[in-house]
Amino acid sequence: MEILAILIPVSLLLGGVGLVAFFWAMKTRQFDDPEGDSHRILTRDWDDRPKP
Amino acid sequence: MTVVEDFGRAPISACPACTVVPAAERIAAMRAERDGRVVLSLPGAEGAVTISTVEAALAAVPGVRSARVNLTLKRVSVNTAPEVTVAQLIAVLDGIGQEAHELDPGLLSATETDRQGRDLLMRLGVAFFSMMNVMLLSVAVWSGAEDATRDLFHWISGAIALPTVIFAGQPFFKSALASLRQGKLGMDVPISLALILASSISVFETLNSGHHAYFDAAVMLAFFLLVGRYLDHRTRAIARSAAEELAALEVPRAVVLVDGAEIETVISAVAPGDMVLVRPGARMPVDGVVIHGASELDRSLLTGESLPVQAGPGTVVSAGEVNLTGPLTLQVTAAGKDSSLHRMADLVAMAEGAKTRYTSLADRASRLYSPLVHILSFSAFGYWMWATGGDVRHAINISAAVLIITCPCALGLAVPAVITSASGKLFRKGLLIKHGTALERLAEVDSVVFDKTGTLTLGMPEPVVLADQPQDALAVAAALAAGSSHPLARALAEGARALGVAPAAVSDIREVPGQGIEGDWQGARVRLGRADWCGADPLPATATYLAMAGRTHAFAFTDRLRPGAAKAVAALQAAGKRVELLSGDAEAPVRDLAQRLGISDWQAGVLPAEKAARVAALTAAGRRVLMVGDGLNDTAALAAAHVSISPASALDAARVASDIVLLGQDIAPIADALRIGRQSARRMIENFLISGGYNVVAVPLALIGHATPLAAALAMSLSSITVSLNAMRLK
Repeated sequence: MEILAILIPVSLLLGGVGLVAFFWAMKTRQFDDPEGDSHRILTRDWDDRPKP
Repeated sequence: MTVVEDFGRAPISACPACTVVPAAERIAAMRAERDGRVVLSLPGAEGAVTISTVEAALAAVPGVRSARVNLTLKRVSVNTAPEVTVAQLIAVLDGIGQEAHELDPGLLSATETDRQGRDLLMRLGVAFFSMMNVMLLSVAVWSGAEDATRDLFHWISGAIALPTVIFAGQPFFKSALASLRQGKLGMDVPISLALILASSISVFETLNSGHHAYFDAAVMLAFFLLVGRYLDHRTRAIARSAAEELAALEVPRAVVLVDGAEIETVISAVAPGDMVLVRPGARMPVDGVVIHGASELDRSLLTGESLPVQAGPGTVVSAGEVNLTGPLTLQVTAAGKDSSLHRMADLVAMAEGAKTRYTSLADRASRLYSPLVHILSFSAFGYWMWATGGDVRHAINISAAVLIITCPCALGLAVPAVITSASGKLFRKGLLIKHGTALERLAEVDSVVFDKTGTLTLGMPEPVVLADQPQDALAVAAALAAGSSHPLARALAEGARALGVAPAAVSDIREVPGQGIEGDWQGARVRLGRADWCGADPLPATATYLAMAGRTHAFAFTDRLRPGAAKAVAALQAAGKRVELLSGDAEAPVRDLAQRLGISDWQAGVLPAEKAARVAALTAAGRRVLMVGDGLNDTAALAAAHVSISPASALDAARVASDIVLLGQDIAPIADALRIGRQSARRMIENFLISGGYNVVAVPLALIGHATPLAAALAMSLSSITVSLNAMRLK
């Protein structure tokens, strides 16, 4: 049962990482244009150099 | 007096050029009204290609700093230098085959609803995170963890659940407090009570190392209810942003004449007394009096009559009328908020207030439900206090279990899930639901009242039996008509082209504003235009006349039927609805249309107040009226009806007054809307019955004290999932 002392904090930490990632995605407005983003990844416009 | 004034100003205008300064300042101020951010709507945007081409094309325009397409909203926002005009950008997009309209960024107040939506989503994320963790810990407890392990798990669950309930439950606590202040028991009162009671009893049990803790139930409750809240918010946000987009499409601009210079400006900068130029084909931006020019006005949106009205110096015009033939210069009498159009919109806003008196199904359910929940919970407490001889802990435990199990978890989802699913379906059919209870009200409709011009018809003329006219007359008429942008002339030219008639060789074509077009054909003068100008006897219907070689020919027009009008009327009649036609137009065209569509109940020449009175009379007779209309003359009736629909081409005021907006040209989806409305009302009732059914099973268990946290979790998740699935069954 001692293993719980490790497993529970680990599972909480992993869940917490997911939660923080969700917050970050929302803060940086990544849900504003889901449809456009799904297409944007396929364009070749800025493949050679980053958009200025 | 003037002399003194001029003298006083003399030092400032020492040079003659300086007298222009005030005007120049005003011009600069008007130009500065437009900031560097332009939002364009791209209705045809689709796929990755649009993004690349639109962004590249806009970036190539000198002065454009950046452009970004949002494909979800079908918009592009452009950051430009002030000298770049919107028309220029639209022309560039037109060149690459993208239809674009300007949107008024001031009207697109997306930020506030955006913030609310993200706030709800954030709480939803937190609730989901802790629900999952607490649930994992609870599984261990349910499967038989004992003593120290169970206590440890309860402690950890509590450490996760308590902050979550405090953070995620805030929307419920706030609204419960607000409804308690008004002395009412809303749905949020039992919800908040259950959240608080479940958390505190669990803390107490954990402290005393008890068997049952309801932390999992508390966070689960918060999660499911937040899902319902979020769905509800999202449907309303989508409807609101689409409605705002419609309003923003008509960016109110006016061309003001300042010292002979034409300046395009926003309406809010126009003051009474200014001179405004209205070009043919444009809508009057302000109320005013005509100073120069002659033309014809289309007043159909305001009065419903389809015949154009003559206008000349001294004619009083109101905002919303369309200038047809010649340019007009107006002296502004009222602009913006004071114009007749806006005053009408204010009246509508007042009539809107009456509509909120409708009690929705959800309200009725919660009115029944909330007292019942409280009574059950308190009587359970009372009974167990008596039965156990004063064991407070046991009694509170049971009453908390009752509260958690009866708590309207599925009830919170019952309506939002159905409305989300139904409005998504209707949106794809081209109907925008603006009001949350519109679907329920639509389900109750038994009579439908239609307006004619612009609703059942497109307000676009169509020539009648052109083939019967002599060939040479048609050829001359087509040649003359091609030189004008008057809707009758355009329809005539198009009709002739469809018949394969080549325009005759007419020279010296010139348009006489307000009268018609004339030219030389085979050495003689030919005229196409008003009856009196051509020397013809006027027909009772909408018509234009051709004077040629000493004879006159009349071309009669009917209003073009809106696509799907016949289908919609037939479907409504087949569904047993009473269909009625009320029009402000003359008798002949209304009778003609009613016969074509098979509507036996019709009235012509109806005034706006009479329309509203007719709707009110039907309502008083116990009928539930659906009003479909588009003009200013329909707005009062739209607001008075049980539920109302207007096409997207309708006047702003009419769209504001109606509950549903038809986005496409086709009117046939109205019949679908009624069907889906009835279906969704049925699904809502089914959902209430389903969640009630779970309670019928679970509440007795809770009352006799056999409800474990596991039973509560099961009942809650099962009922929520069944309710959501049932909502998705809509076809």
